[in-house]
Amino acid sequence: MINTKEQIMTLLNKEARLDNRKLDEYRKPITIETNVSPKAEGSAKVTIGETIVVAGVKMDVGTPYSDNPDQGNLMVNAELLPLSSPDFESGPPSIGSIELARVVDRGIRESKCIDLQKLCIKKEEKVWNIFLDIYPLNNAGNLFDAAALAALAALKDAKIPEYDEKKERVEYGKKTKKNVPLAKIPISCTILKIGDKLIVDPTDEEEKFMDARLTVATLDNGEICALQKGGKASLSLEDIKSMVDIALKKNKELNKLL
Amino acid sequence: MALLIEEKTIVVPGEEIAEGMDFLPAKGTYRQDDKIIASQLGLVNVNGRLIKIIPLNGRYIPKAGDTVIGKVVNIGLNGWTINIGYAYDANLTLKEGTTDFVERNEDFTKYYDFDDIVVAKILNVNRAKFMDLTTKGPGLRKLRGGRIINVTPSKVPRVIGKQGSMITLVKDATQCRITVGQNGVVWIQGEPEQEVKVVEAIRMIDEKAHIEGLTDEMKKFLDVKNDKVLEVKNDKE
Amino acid sequence: MTKNKRLDGRKFDELREMEAKVGVVKRADGSAMFRIGKTKAIAAVYGPRALHPTFMRNPKAGLLRCNYNMMSFSTGERVRPGPSRRSKEISLVTENSLNPVLDLKEFPNTVVDVFIEMTQADAGTRCAGITAAAMALADAGLIMKDLVSSISVGKVGKDIVVDLDKEEEDFEGGATDLPIAMTPRDGNITLLQMDGEISKDELVKAIELGKEACMKIFELQKKALKENYK
Repeated sequence: MINTKEQIMTLLNKEARLDNRKLDEYRKPITIETNVSPKAEGSAKVTIGETIVVAGVKMDVGTPYSDNPDQGNLMVNAELLPLSSPDFESGPPSIGSIELARVVDRGIRESKCIDLQKLCIKKEEKVWNIFLDIYPLNNAGNLFDAAALAALAALKDAKIPEYDEKKERVEYGKKTKKNVPLAKIPISCTILKIGDKLIVDPTDEEEKFMDARLTVATLDNGEICALQKGGKASLSLEDIKSMVDIALKKNKELNKLL
Repeated sequence: MALLIEEKTIVVPGEEIAEGMDFLPAKGTYRQDDKIIASQLGLVNVNGRLIKIIPLNGRYIPKAGDTVIGKVVNIGLNGWTINIGYAYDANLTLKEGTTDFVERNEDFTKYYDFDDIVVAKILNVNRAKFMDLTTKGPGLRKLRGGRIINVTPSKVPRVIGKQGSMITLVKDATQCRITVGQNGVVWIQGEPEQEVKVVEAIRMIDEKAHIEGLTDEMKKFLDVKNDKVLEVKNDKE
Repeated sequence: MTKNKRLDGRKFDELREMEAKVGVVKRADGSAMFRIGKTKAIAAVYGPRALHPTFMRNPKAGLLRCNYNMMSFSTGERVRPGPSRRSKEISLVTENSLNPVLDLKEFPNTVVDVFIEMTQADAGTRCAGITAAAMALADAGLIMKDLVSSISVGKVGKDIVVDLDKEEEDFEGGATDLPIAMTPRDGNITLLQMDGEISKDELVKAIELGKEACMKIFELQKKALKENYK
């Protein structure tokens, strides 16, 4: 049984939350563990409080898209596993899974985090494809931020596998020393609006009373590289300015962990 | 005829607890030939000839006579539907919700509305687990404000303590109002910092219920956190 | 393979290194992780809870529903996300391996959901899943007359071995894979499948080897369940 919105608002109006955190405070500890799945080219497990998300990178070789003949490809997939929460059901990818994947994807893609041209093996013929798969293992809230961190940590951990040009086959299990070429590190911060209060790193209980949310992906130079507003209520320009400020402030904090 | 496992030891399903026809299998155990075997993860408890298991975990199983804390999830034509933490919701009829005379077509949400949290008693649970509640009776009422937390239902007796000793200890130290439902829902109301202390105290009981020395540890925990309260008390004297 | 030694140097009756932990998914009612060699499974139990769709409800007892899934990056070549015929079959045999020990008569019309995810896969995945699921069900406080322990046995070349790894499953000289699951108290079998060729005598020998291995796994399961509460 969870608290009611009234109970949560009463606390928020006193600048308090159920777990005694400040409104703009992340849970502690935030942990990042890499190489948690050895058969993946790269993998990571992130915990924020009791939220656990794992991400894995798999790579294969394929033909490039005709509009980007000298670039490799990135595909981000996420699944809200029913294992991780009583609220997730079995079945085809839910809209929640799809939104999570696409928001994480946008943060990585638009920041030009991965130098896709360096993934080209032979222009117009062969490029590396990166598949990033994200799975929550325990949903205690704020999957967006945990997933984005796990995705980045998995990419950083990833090593390109050996490619046998003659046999035209990827030798899985044989990793080269080459890292996936990363140029920038986007950091995602999700801010929730409940009533007229803004909170950071919501728990699953707080998320149930969300009026609106904004996920902001930023770079350490202060640039914003992706935005996603969620929730049924609206955000004022003032809200958005405040939320972006919070995200920029949190960029430093979270970047240090990677 | 013997107890193969000491009382208060943790056993897993399939483990042999005792041998001999003198013992009788109670909750969480079963008999196979002349042995008593655990069928639930928990602590061995022996009461005379009865051997039962005190479960360490598990959802609430509704029982007639239990006082529970529930939330109004639906309003029907003749009463309310209340979630008490079981797979399916319980019924609270108009008749059992209030002693007032309610006119036909009257809006009875003035008694309980959506999301209201109530202390109710389970009147009846049938074999299909349909449950009837009442809020007519001492202590049964709507709860306003405060916050709720959840504990493992099997730990509720420990949270309350012998004749309420544990919960009184926590109440006195934090000056909070606390109501504990048999379904593991606990309602707390007081100053925000004190409410947080109660939450921590109750989580400690939930985690360490089966460990010796909990009462002393609790006393230490509450005293340490209440230095200021003790100082004020001394000043007055 | 030389006498008494396998591809990775193990003895015929030797299991890979194992690890078991309970209570790994806090939001679930019960959960466990089980690793054997490079195969790792996480199982989480939710229930008894409301069952939808309603036509599936049994008014006399709760229903057990298992779902097995592999994470895309758990294998050498990426697994396409989503259920496959293979994963659906494994879900079914997993359910059948756990049903014999569960008593859900107290919870009519409900479901007990068991979700199994393979975070790493190196053969023996369904067995690791069942072993983890049994711990998770016990952790959830459900009434069970026994635990269930599971392992693969089989024939690699001419030798009967226990706990085949991926290399052995793919052995060019021929391999027979026999996943089994057992209730430790009475030694009865709740999962039995086979891929390959085997004689009746070899089958009996394999199952006996498997039973011994299951007892070792049972000790680990017991330990993990008890340690979670220390």
